[in-house]
Amino acid sequence: MSGAAYLTEYSGLAASLPGLDLPWLQGFRNQALQTFAVNGFPGNREEEWRYTNLSALNKTVFAPSASQVVDADWLNQYRLEDAAGVVLVNGQFSASLSRLQDLAGKVSVSSLKQALQDNPAWLESRLGQAVTSAEHNLVAFNNAWFSDGVVIEVAAKQQLDRPVQILHVVTQADALAATRNLLVINEQAEAEIIETYVGSVDSYFTASVNECLLGSNAGLTLYKVQLETEKAQHFGGTYLKQARDSRFNHHNFALGSGLARSDIHSDLDTAAECSLNGLFVAGKRQHIDNHTRINHLKPHGISREFYKGVLDNKARGVFQGRVIVAEDAQRTDSEMNNRNLLLSADAEVDTKPQLEIYADDVKCSHGVTVGQLEEKSVFYLQSRGLDEEAARNILTFAFANEMVDKVDNAELKALLLEQLLVRFPAISL
Amino acid sequence: MLSIKNLHVTINDKPILKGLTLDINPGEVHAIMGPNGAGKSTLSHVLSGKPGYEVTEGSVTYNGKDLLEMAPEIRAREGVFLAFQYPVEIPGVSNIYLLKAALNAMRKHHGLPEVDAMDFLTIVKSKVKLLQMDEKFLYRAVNEGFSGGEKKRNEILQAAVLEPKLCILDETDSGLDIDALRIVAEGVNSLRSAERSFLMITHYQRLLDYIKPDVVHVLADGKIVKSGGPELALELEERGYSWLEGQAA
Repeated sequence: MSGAAYLTEYSGLAASLPGLDLPWLQGFRNQALQTFAVNGFPGNREEEWRYTNLSALNKTVFAPSASQVVDADWLNQYRLEDAAGVVLVNGQFSASLSRLQDLAGKVSVSSLKQALQDNPAWLESRLGQAVTSAEHNLVAFNNAWFSDGVVIEVAAKQQLDRPVQILHVVTQADALAATRNLLVINEQAEAEIIETYVGSVDSYFTASVNECLLGSNAGLTLYKVQLETEKAQHFGGTYLKQARDSRFNHHNFALGSGLARSDIHSDLDTAAECSLNGLFVAGKRQHIDNHTRINHLKPHGISREFYKGVLDNKARGVFQGRVIVAEDAQRTDSEMNNRNLLLSADAEVDTKPQLEIYADDVKCSHGVTVGQLEEKSVFYLQSRGLDEEAARNILTFAFANEMVDKVDNAELKALLLEQLLVRFPAISL
Repeated sequence: MLSIKNLHVTINDKPILKGLTLDINPGEVHAIMGPNGAGKSTLSHVLSGKPGYEVTEGSVTYNGKDLLEMAPEIRAREGVFLAFQYPVEIPGVSNIYLLKAALNAMRKHHGLPEVDAMDFLTIVKSKVKLLQMDEKFLYRAVNEGFSGGEKKRNEILQAAVLEPKLCILDETDSGLDIDALRIVAEGVNSLRSAERSFLMITHYQRLLDYIKPDVVHVLADGKIVKSGGPELALELEERGYSWLEGQAA
């Protein structure tokens, strides 16, 4: 069975995981373990995993690491100066690298380990609310073996005066970083959170799950910046419950990893708004899978989804966008768009927008394009003196830059532009 | 400056130009007129290096060099500018960016340093004024959502900034109303100099009321069938092209 090696390898792990003394958490983990033990990692026969092959996870058994060694200078290039920073190193919260002092009073931020000691009852009523092991077996894997993570709670009516950056860092070869993060934005509160995934080694496995609970009329802007190294395996799932009138803005930048799968799933209550933007850029043999699900459960919800993909060499991209409008979700207003640019004959993208509408008074649309750079545009730029390579780079950069342009955080925008320019050297637009 | 000798060009093995000969001296303005399908646009495309055309015979010499051997971008850097009949929209790339990148590519080719940012802005703004454009156009994506007239004006703006030696205007007048035509023509006229030559390809005699050519050629069935002074254009306006078509030698 796929994943069997992990069951053996991790059999002694439980004793080192946090929350040993909490029966509810042991029950939660045991149930996840049993679920995972049935089929192991998700396989291609499952519809939601048709295009993504996880067999690499069986070739190496990635192991948890207690190492906290980080080259601070290297890490600094990914830090946002204006943000408060939470640093998770090889799946463990690092108190020495985190910078939380600026946030006192308005928000509570702690490691998951600490929260399990300080507020177990609070966690018990929240953990597993937005996603369960039944979702798929990577979630079950995380449920069974998460080592630490961050818990952020913004009190009602509070507005953070600065963003919080969660830096997921892996510095140990063949390490597993399984973090569990809980973001609770209470009613009428606002927050901006940036998660950044980086590694300083070649081969490792990130398996991270975020649960976000948005109170009524709360707002969360969440950025995901996935810059894992080229042989890394990445799974990052973000699952939300949006209470009525809440607003969620997500920006998903997937630029790294050998194989990445991203889940963004949200359940929307009455008049909640959900905006999902994404850009995935892959070259070489990279594989990047984006799976989104917007679940309109109640009336008057609004969702906007716009993903762009750029695939070069033998890279493969996947976009699966599912919008479900429940019978009760009248007056839902939903738009989905996915545009892809293939830069080589061997690159591939599989795009699958799915609308499932059970209500009769809704406004829903979707559109998909897959294309290449237009030769007439390349020639136009050449006719103005730019060489062919520069022309192609500028056009590709311009295509991708549309998504970076939607980022309001200036510091993050600069970091993203830098990352794009490395991939498509063009003079800064 | 430009010497085209016995040029034969095919597209997908279909002959389009069938022995075209044309000489343009520095500072001269030549107009090429002719019926649809005569090969007018093919000539402009071949001169600018657009892919998809095969030169089967003949030569094109530009300032003593073999133009046909040069990549499109080298032709541009050497001073050949094509104002497109249908300018291309480039979303995500601003006009000012393209102008700067193009100008710097040209300067680099000639061993000059990059243009100073402030100088550049001064130059560009003066040209924008010349073409009676709004400065906001500089920050919009190249030709995206522009009207037909705005696109043509934008082509002339690029020419004004890049200061080419040979400016090919491919049906720059088509689709323009009389006011837009006047503005575009004024822009072109302001670019005329003793060193700069123009090759204007047009369907309509009207353009020549505003930009006075030195020589008018009639292109029919892939060849120049008649050349003359500006008065030839008036004659064409009156008599059409049919009386010339038999004269192809």
